[in-house]
Amino acid sequence: MVYSYFPGCTLKNKARDLDEYGRRSAEALGATLEEIPEWQCCGGVYPLSHDEIAIKLSSVRALADAQKKDQALVTVCSACHNVIKQVNNDMATDEYIATRANNYLKADGIEYHGETKVIHYLELLRDEIGFDQVKAAVKNPLKGKKIGAYYGCLLLRPSNVMAMDNAENPTIIEDLISALGADAVSYAQRNECCGGYLTLEDKSIPEKRVAAILADAKHAGAEMLVTACPLCYYNLKKHAEGTGIEIVYFTEVLAEALGVKEAGKEDA
Amino acid sequence: MASNYDVTKAEIEAISGVNPLKCMRCGRCTATCPSFDNMEYHPHQFVAMVERGEIEKLMESGSIYKCMSCMACIERCPRQVQPAKLVEAIRLAVVRKQGGNHLIPDNVPALLDPDLPQQALVSAYRKFTK
Repeated sequence: MVYSYFPGCTLKNKARDLDEYGRRSAEALGATLEEIPEWQCCGGVYPLSHDEIAIKLSSVRALADAQKKDQALVTVCSACHNVIKQVNNDMATDEYIATRANNYLKADGIEYHGETKVIHYLELLRDEIGFDQVKAAVKNPLKGKKIGAYYGCLLLRPSNVMAMDNAENPTIIEDLISALGADAVSYAQRNECCGGYLTLEDKSIPEKRVAAILADAKHAGAEMLVTACPLCYYNLKKHAEGTGIEIVYFTEVLAEALGVKEAGKEDA
Repeated sequence: MASNYDVTKAEIEAISGVNPLKCMRCGRCTATCPSFDNMEYHPHQFVAMVERGEIEKLMESGSIYKCMSCMACIERCPRQVQPAKLVEAIRLAVVRKQGGNHLIPDNVPALLDPDLPQQALVSAYRKFTK
């Protein structure tokens, strides 16, 4: 299957590993990610105000491009996924927003009403490829590794729109960890915020959040946490020193288990 | 009394799409907020104060820059009030004014470090500037 792929700004820069391991693993599993040409940054955060229209247009352009090719749109970054999926929902359900956004896009010949299916890479693995197929493709089972999932906020909320999993008791990443042969460690703080972009102004806020998250994960026995979000990765890693917990992108453990981690890997 | 701001309760309700009258004052938003201890006014107070029309106090408070936009209060509110949308609307009422930007580009280089993801910067710019 061929999917439209929206990598996003960070996966082209600080989070190249998240992107590279994801692409390589998808290829190994028979899914082709076709990067949307000339995609524009999603803006990082979904606008919570009802009257912001123009800043949603980059998402609509990407969605319309995928629609044109009759492909589902795949994202890996939690933030891109959250923004694009929520904007897609606006275009399908909110006449006020859809009319105004389409007025902007008329000049580009775009008329869009939320037709594209937006799926996160984790959903690609679970719903399109199937975790059983992922399991069958594992060459290096991650036996004995105690891995916790760190969902953060953006993958799951708001659950009525994101609809990936149970927002308060998610299992999609744990199920992936199990499929890769590792031991999935569950802990309560896995869907609580890391402090997000507040880190730019005040490191003490994510420091407090991450201390609580890591203490909880450690208590549950995790040696490693995997995430899909570059900002979670940054905040967690910044304050993980001395805890003995390793912070890794989920695509890296996937690539490792599938035996495609080293193939042509450039030095970061 | 002369005011620095002239933003009405109706404008905040229009920007946010929130109806604060739906709130039943259970406090769950504040109980679940991962940033409540960084805030002078907590999420449930945003709802109550907007309802009372105390917009100016909120606009002058640093609390509007402490929301992580994690959507915990949006997800967990039993009445679908969506308090974070009020925090966003009040912050927008401030930064949309001329000279109202909270994040000043000239100050940004000093805040950077080599590992900081682009996502942090674009998100902060979206939240704190216009």
